[in-house]
Amino acid sequence: MSIEVLDPGPLSTLQDLGRPGWAHLGVARAGALDRGAAALARRLAGGAVDDAVVETTLGGIVLSVRRAVTLAVTGARCEVRVGSRQVAHGAALTVPAGSVVTVGPALDGVRSYVALAGGIAVDPVLGSRSTDTLAWVGPPRLAAGQVLAVGRPVRWPEPPAAVVVRSREAVLRLRPGPRRDWLTPGAWEALDGASYDVAPDSDRIGLRLAGPVVERRAGELPSEGMVLGAVQLPPSGQPVVFLADHPPTGGYPVVGVVEDADLDLCAQLRPGDPVVLRTG
Amino acid sequence: MGGVRVVPVGERACLVEVEDAAAAASLAASARAWRIRADDIVPAATTVLFDGCDPAEVEAALPLLDRESPGDSGASVVLRVSYDGPDLGRVARHWGCSTDEVVARHTGTGFTSLFCGFAPGFAYLGGLPAELAVPRLDAPRSRVEPGSVALADRWCGIYPTASPGGWLVIGRTDAVLWDAERVAPALLAPGTRVRFEALR
Repeated sequence: MSIEVLDPGPLSTLQDLGRPGWAHLGVARAGALDRGAAALARRLAGGAVDDAVVETTLGGIVLSVRRAVTLAVTGARCEVRVGSRQVAHGAALTVPAGSVVTVGPALDGVRSYVALAGGIAVDPVLGSRSTDTLAWVGPPRLAAGQVLAVGRPVRWPEPPAAVVVRSREAVLRLRPGPRRDWLTPGAWEALDGASYDVAPDSDRIGLRLAGPVVERRAGELPSEGMVLGAVQLPPSGQPVVFLADHPPTGGYPVVGVVEDADLDLCAQLRPGDPVVLRTG
Repeated sequence: MGGVRVVPVGERACLVEVEDAAAAASLAASARAWRIRADDIVPAATTVLFDGCDPAEVEAALPLLDRESPGDSGASVVLRVSYDGPDLGRVARHWGCSTDEVVARHTGTGFTSLFCGFAPGFAYLGGLPAELAVPRLDAPRSRVEPGSVALADRWCGIYPTASPGGWLVIGRTDAVLWDAERVAPALLAPGTRVRFEALR
């Protein structure tokens, strides 16, 4: 069983749970940015928890399916078509052999996920099928004409346990970071309720925020290990939230860490979207 | 443990602050040997990050951990270098010596990989004395060739792949520094001892 990529859109990659355990050799962890949406897609399609899924970026993807297969599209809301017929987003669907599946551009959010029963069976690199876009460890980004093997389904599809409904206002809750003491007095408190816009150069490496300057002392730290969700503060005073492909070490102070539960939201924020920070 | 501070990083990670990179490399190696539970243990210049751990467990284990034996991983590597880098003369001026003397000092230094970062397999090699520290380029080059042997501050590093970079390039090696297909993907994993040999 295999599928062919007809049009990969602006950026489509394979992602699983990522490759922890290699940061000390300079390797980013990678993995699906919206972990909840990827997990839901796997569950709907009937896949293992660490199956590789397709992650699209704003523009969707067009796939041709060589044999009948069950799949599901989740994450950023988009039109999903099998041939010319529109089908449901966020639901399992079994498509016949020879179908062309079109995952349309994101209507809101950024990243849609396509899971297939059995998962996508590329060879793992360092134990993971995720693409790291920082150093391009793992399978290359998907390209037109590429044929991907699909594994054997190991589980039956499952209905989702709960449907996640996001609040309309994007709020990121911050815990104090290891270098919060680099902030000038009052700067942490001032972050509570501060409003930012998502900057256009945001990507899988980091969500860049544009807005009020956060005052910090000058200088640079010796490089130190960075975690997912770290809020780095470069001299510009414009915070950057580190996402899955973040460099394993960095030299700007980490003044806060975004709560784990709010990281999936970071994956779906578009350039220009407003974000409110909470430090209380 | 004197001189060590544990700083929380969110809920599931902590930074342990130590004296220097050698102590960090040693502590990280020791934490692995003791099977301290963490998804990632990342030594750096003056810290070790324990990511995906119970910070209380890490703190409780600290008295067991050794900060004084970096580079006892047993691995040692000799790298053959063509000393023809574009910044060899610049380094000679900083060091106040001839380019031949730069080569002699570099090949005469026993280096140890203390931590990796910047790119997969890029190792920060410690061993140069403080008086041989050199500044980075004012403006980084947009492309540094793979295998470039370079200096910055008291560090020596080798670019595993082509990338932008601001370190002073003194030479070039054919060694494969990073190969994800290899059992040990990074040739210069933390703890590896490194010596350089001049190709003539």
